Amino acid sequence: MKVLLAKPGLDGHDVGVKVLAHGLIDAGFNVVYTGLRKSIEEIVDMAVENKVDIIGMSILSGTHLVLAQKMKEVMQERKLNIPWFVGGNIPAKDIAKLREIGASQAFPTGSKVSDVVAYFNTINVSV
Amino acid sequence: MNASETKTVKGKTAKELNVKPVFLESGIEVNPVYTEADINESVIKNEMPGEYPFTRGIHPTMYRNKPFTIRQYAGFASPEETNERFQFLIKNGQSGLNVAFDLPTQCGLDSDDPRAFGEVGRVGMSIDTLADFEIAFKNIDLDKITVSLTINGTAIILIAMYVAMAEKAGYDISKLRGTAQNDILKEFIGRGTWIFPVDKSVKLVVDTIEYCAKHVPKYSPVSVCGYHIRESGANPIQEMAYAFCIAKAYTDGALERGITIDDFASRLSFNFDIYGNLFEQIAKFRGGRRLWAKIIREEYHAQQDSSCWLRMIAGGGGGGLTKEQPENNIVRSAYYALISALSGTQTMALCSYDEAYTIPTEHSAEISLRTMQIMIHEMGICDTVDPLGGSYYVEALTDKFEEEIKKEMKTVEKWDGIVNAVASGKIQESVSKQAYQREMGMQTGKVPKVGVNIFTREEESKDVEFHPYDPKGADIQIAKLNKIKAERNGDKVKACLAVVKQDAIDNKNLMPSIIAAVKEYCTVGEIVTAMKDVYGEFKEPIFFK
Repeated sequence: MKVLLAKPGLDGHDVGVKVLAHGLIDAGFNVVYTGLRKSIEEIVDMAVENKVDIIGMSILSGTHLVLAQKMKEVMQERKLNIPWFVGGNIPAKDIAKLREIGASQAFPTGSKVSDVVAYFNTINVSV
Repeated sequence: MNASETKTVKGKTAKELNVKPVFLESGIEVNPVYTEADINESVIKNEMPGEYPFTRGIHPTMYRNKPFTIRQYAGFASPEETNERFQFLIKNGQSGLNVAFDLPTQCGLDSDDPRAFGEVGRVGMSIDTLADFEIAFKNIDLDKITVSLTINGTAIILIAMYVAMAEKAGYDISKLRGTAQNDILKEFIGRGTWIFPVDKSVKLVVDTIEYCAKHVPKYSPVSVCGYHIRESGANPIQEMAYAFCIAKAYTDGALERGITIDDFASRLSFNFDIYGNLFEQIAKFRGGRRLWAKIIREEYHAQQDSSCWLRMIAGGGGGGLTKEQPENNIVRSAYYALISALSGTQTMALCSYDEAYTIPTEHSAEISLRTMQIMIHEMGICDTVDPLGGSYYVEALTDKFEEEIKKEMKTVEKWDGIVNAVASGKIQESVSKQAYQREMGMQTGKVPKVGVNIFTREEESKDVEFHPYDPKGADIQIAKLNKIKAERNGDKVKACLAVVKQDAIDNKNLMPSIIAAVKEYCTVGEIVTAMKDVYGEFKEPIFFK
């Protein structure tokens, strides 16, 4: 399975997303990383180009709801159905909101790499 | 971390005493016992505090004379709020403030840029033009307050604004004080607010150093940050080694411009991180301080002692604090403060115990302050210089750290120097791999962390909380920007931006043309765009395959 890990917005904190990238690679996933400061359009372009199975966005600056909304819109505009999830500084009350917007799942700071891997494996079965 | 690179010291070994081996995060093996034999050859016996190479401290009496400076961070959304805060501080007899900026300002985007949407004023003050600086510093006597600008990618523009504001207000800039973080190389390793390619970014830092040395000699234009490098996953040896390589890169650039080492080195300061093993951190600072002095004297031939000083702010790092059982962070921070004092820091700052998940309250900020004050006033920490000096273990480890930092700096040289190692992503890759190993160590319990993987208990999970964000603040900032754009002289703005661009093409120092541009209220975004036209942008190396 191929995963795109992305850093949307201006937030430059990338320790977490890179830890996850290493973890997913060790667990046998194919990982493409966007690098910092990508727009949602650029992220979706990369997802299509690389034919990924899932998109993960790492957001620590508190802009997750704004960016998730944008992701939903771009996916709809382009008639795409790639599952996407959000990780980072996500308050508990926003997890449900993110899922309402369209995120498959949200992983707040403190989530274990093994939890994410386990979750991705379930996606793999359903796709 | 890496047991294959065991770095032993003398004394009785674990094997001899039949106990389990112990390795520090840096990979150094620790013996169960240290004796005089471990420091027989050490130069420490002949060293005094305040004397070269300053292992025991940069001043002869250190805190006996004056305790370390306590500095806490604060961020304010608008220039107006910042001004209020300055007025309050001056009234209360304080003399310094760190100013934080929002991400658009840090990345060189104006408040009305679509990419700035949702970010204006979120993590600090938003600056579009000199007018914002003029509001922030209205009725402030710049002789009475020193301002520290926490800015990197656009530091040259904001330093130019500070100088321009002072000039316009009639100050003699040759007496103007203040500091800027302005360490772009560490931004490529951690934090990520880079804009231009690595070599051009370093050129801009050197521009500020050259300009300040010639025109604003009391200003400290650079604070090299090992802190963020360590927070990104570097071990304590790498934290110091990479910071020293970075400081040398800026120093080399300054010397190429004809500045003498003694004119520049004493204006350079460092920002380091504290978490992890207590003795390892203390040895890191003592060994690092000795090595830095030797580098400045032996490699750069500095005459003045003050050029050789490793002046530092060493603060408790967020990386050591936990969301679990957060009150434990108060205890951790007290140890970090102790480490910082035992290491001879000039300035100390502690994170609030609750900032891993929430907005620090006045109460939690007060606990940090009191932690440092208790140490100063109740623990006798200021009574004598370098109280650990002469300890068999600490001195043996200090010597080891000096050697290992030096070795790590050689590794960077093998990667064609720090500028190339950052441009190619070599440093980022090695640091990120270590962050992964450390995180996995924590998640699997190999790296013990109280309240996280040992001595845990059922507790309500702490929710993360952000500063409330009011999008109206962004609207006000954009309205202000539009008003300035309507009122300024459009022809002069164009002419100034053309000069910035031409100076960039001609490889001139950009400080004079940027100062001229900000005086005509060119925006941060306009100036950055003019520079990007010539320099291009950094292409982030991606090392996952």
